[in-house]
Amino acid sequence: MKPAPFDYIRPDSLAETCALLAGDEDARVIAGGQTLVPMLAMRLARPAKLIDILRLPELAGIREQSGVVIVGATTRQAQAERDPVIRASVPMLALVLPWVGHPPTRNRGTIGGSVAHADPAAEIPLVTVTLGAEIMLATPQGPASMPANDFFTGPMETAIRHGECISAIKFPVWPHRRVGAGFAEVSARRSDFAFVAAAAQVALDDQGRCLNVALGIGGVGDRPMRLDVGSLVGTMLDSASVIEAVNAGSADIDANSDLHASAAYRRRVARALCIRALEQARRNTSAKSAGSAR
Amino acid sequence: MKVELRVNGQNRLADVEPRKTLLDTLRENLLLNGVHAGCEHGVCGACTVLVDGEAVRSCLMFAVQADGYDITTIEGLAPAPGELSVLQDAFCETHGLQCGYCTPGMILAAHALLQHNLEPTREDIVEAISGNICRCTGYGQIIEAVQFAADRLRKANTPRIVAELE
Repeated sequence: MKPAPFDYIRPDSLAETCALLAGDEDARVIAGGQTLVPMLAMRLARPAKLIDILRLPELAGIREQSGVVIVGATTRQAQAERDPVIRASVPMLALVLPWVGHPPTRNRGTIGGSVAHADPAAEIPLVTVTLGAEIMLATPQGPASMPANDFFTGPMETAIRHGECISAIKFPVWPHRRVGAGFAEVSARRSDFAFVAAAAQVALDDQGRCLNVALGIGGVGDRPMRLDVGSLVGTMLDSASVIEAVNAGSADIDANSDLHASAAYRRRVARALCIRALEQARRNTSAKSAGSAR
Repeated sequence: MKVELRVNGQNRLADVEPRKTLLDTLRENLLLNGVHAGCEHGVCGACTVLVDGEAVRSCLMFAVQADGYDITTIEGLAPAPGELSVLQDAFCETHGLQCGYCTPGMILAAHALLQHNLEPTREDIVEAISGNICRCTGYGQIIEAVQFAADRLRKANTPRIVAELE
């Protein structure tokens, strides 16, 4: 359980980071290291160089501006979990963060790191795809961005290119007055990666009629997926409508079989958890904030 | 690479390969053997230390990443040689340890919790130690120990500043 040797470099700027990454095929970014270091310890990854971006000031922090919340790539998961802006404006993200790892891994693990590793069962990538977040990139040619749905290309695979690094995630803020989120997952034990996870966010008008809805699942296929449940807009989110929309939205999803769960099991659980997440989201709209995580 | 670490209030120098974890550096270079090596890939929590007051796995951090932080190991918790902190004492009193392998990690994880929450619920305590595995199945008494310590700290005569994490 000792990593293979590597060189360690801590650049002073994002431009220098991109240049270092572009200059060496075997260089990798390290930030919190909570996924990468176990991979190094098991020698599943053997980079020649680790470029440490954790202390670059431009990559940390959370700010809200004109309809979006921008979360810097190296923002610690624990910091985001406690952040009042995220709780008020991106309730789905606030709700899933207590499910990411344990408190000690969230103290070091970053939002951008979880996205970069692209585990198909990870909660933060699920939120980015479900809400339609933008992945902001630093590239040798300057800043760029990409919709989360295009960013994740397969299990632990992303569309990021040689020399590029995630700089921030831009989450859309729903303008509605009553917004609530729901989340449910099935795993072997709490904090383990989910066999299936479902996340939902809904906006209601004063009468309880659905104005907007987003629903996504993780752990089922090769990457997180957003499901189309647009037919729920205009309904009261009654259980008949929810069940019908979830069944239609999840009719042709790709599901993987592995040691933990069969594809049929994953599909069945996904439907059940989607219904649960939507119902929780509806209940949580009555509170102004995200509501409770458990 | 040379790295300067601040450990238990003292500045310490170590000459390490970049691949050397903070865990191995604390144990081998600084002889702080209270930091226990368990799984060495972030699962068991035996290697938990405090980094700027927050519980962190020292096997998931390289020593070269650790300069500039305030690192606390179990050796840094006791107020004086031969004494125990309130929390350490509570572990003895409630039989919160058996073989002792997970104990330093458990105590540091719980210490981080009590730094900002002196009235933890059972759920708060379970969440705080959820990343620490005990194979003597002593969780019940460990939770009792943390509740006991919180109670003593609340009733202590000396005023205690509860650190704000925000």
